[in-house]
Amino acid sequence: MALSGLFLLIFLLQHFVINFLSVISPDTFNEVSHFMGTNPFIQFLMQPVLMFGVILHLGMGIVIELQNRNARPIKYAFNNAKANSSWMSRNMIITGIMVMLFLGLHFYDFWVPEIKTKFIDGDMSGKLAGESGFRYFTELQHKFVDPARIGIYCLAFIFLALHLLHGFQSSFQSVGFKNRKFAPTIQLLGNIYAVMIPLGFIFIALFHFINSSH
Amino acid sequence: MSAAKTLNLTLKIWRQKNGNAKGSLETYPLNDISPDSSFLEMLDILNGGLIEKGESPVTFDHDCREGICGSCSLYINGEPHGPAKLVTTCQLHMRSFQDGETIYIEPFRAKAFPVIKDLMVDRSAFDRIQHAGGYISVNTSGNTQDANSIPINKENADEAFYSAACIGCGACVAACKNASASLFVAAKVSQYALLPQGQVEAKDRVLNMVKQAEKEGFGPCSNTGACEVECPKGISIENIARMNREFLSAAISK
Ligand code: HEM
Ligand code: SF4
Ligand code: FES
Repeated sequence: MALSGLFLLIFLLQHFVINFLSVISPDTFNEVSHFMGTNPFIQFLMQPVLMFGVILHLGMGIVIELQNRNARPIKYAFNNAKANSSWMSRNMIITGIMVMLFLGLHFYDFWVPEIKTKFIDGDMSGKLAGESGFRYFTELQHKFVDPARIGIYCLAFIFLALHLLHGFQSSFQSVGFKNRKFAPTIQLLGNIYAVMIPLGFIFIALFHFINSSH
Repeated sequence: MSAAKTLNLTLKIWRQKNGNAKGSLETYPLNDISPDSSFLEMLDILNGGLIEKGESPVTFDHDCREGICGSCSLYINGEPHGPAKLVTTCQLHMRSFQDGETIYIEPFRAKAFPVIKDLMVDRSAFDRIQHAGGYISVNTSGNTQDANSIPINKENADEAFYSAACIGCGACVAACKNASASLFVAAKVSQYALLPQGQVEAKDRVLNMVKQAEKEGFGPCSNTGACEVECPKGISIENIARMNREFLSAAISK
């Protein structure tokens, strides 16, 4: 759980950096997107590893949740859980599944069309017919026009933030890399990551929404 | 000095005849309780009244009544050992409650802690975890080396001492949403892992104790931290990180 979680944390940082390029430099964004989309190492090694990581994380999350439910068959009539633990820590399965649902939509938006263009239509050029520059930035802008879509994306990032507010520091605890000395630093880094990264994604989504609707 | 006002309470107590019976929460009004009495004394008073009326008294665990044996338990108003921090139920006083309050009293709930009767649960799963590795092998031939002759740095000695403060009460399990025994196992593992005498059996110890905890039906830890907040002895979840560290390195190298 912790290892797949840590792996996803690194992936997400990478994903964020590339997306952020779309805000500061469309050209660089295009170059990097084309590289990521056509490089065999990324496409045929890292992408399957990532998918495996997500499925493993989801699968283990569900298995652990079921084991946990099984460990207390009779619930308390009166339980004051908020006296000793955060909402985030107790609802990882809910925030996690919300993120998973979003991932379904996100795949439908980006991954499915990409696979269709590249491997069904066989167009590996990364360009639109009759245009000289790469297509990625233009396509990105076209996808951020529907306000409902933007709303769902923003909501998903809020769930992601809640997930990571517990998950980040939890993964360090799980692999044993936490003691009195490191704990405050890990907690702080975790809070920064869990707030800034999803907020950054929300910013990017709104940025393209505002720019593409004018 | 005027006598403190006494409390009139409504108790909602879990009653269950035996492990197989279906239990239920029963309501008991109880009046004139001194705020200076302990929680267990309050239950003694309730039981006195029940016995006088020819009813069966509420069964609950207790022994030392001074916070050292780990016998007392009880899930009081949604928290193990009640709302006060760093105390066991026997050290909890009725001044922590308000006049007119309704108090819920339930047994510690976990598949691995089956109810024996009413509020008394079977915590022998902890004994079996301890038997799986919570010891050091010492040759007691008559010329055993004095432990004090082995130099131990102060920091480790202190840490081991804090870990050894665990009284095995099970509040960590009761508080945890996963009914995980991680804090208990981690305290026992740490207590030895930090000392030179514990090194010889260190790998088997952590592997076997963790395995036994799983076998007993305690849930996997998801680091909610509820255990350390509710632990009457202030055992830190730093112990769990140490146990995870010990476990990973033992699993890889063994
Ligand atoms: C696919 C949807 C997801 C689901 C269903 C999911 C589910 C879960 C669950 C149930 C846990 C708690 C495990 C436990 O109780 O021990 C968890 C932990 C965690 N998740 Fe997720 N998650 C998802 C996506 C993500 C993503 C996208 C990231 C990171 C970018 C992430 C990072 C983490 C981390 C770091 C942990 C802590 C691991 C640990 O302490 O052992 N998760 N996840
Ligand atoms: S770790 Fe704390 S709560 Fe758990 S058994 Fe030991 S003393 Fe009780
Ligand atoms: S009765 Fe011994 S700790 Fe409470």
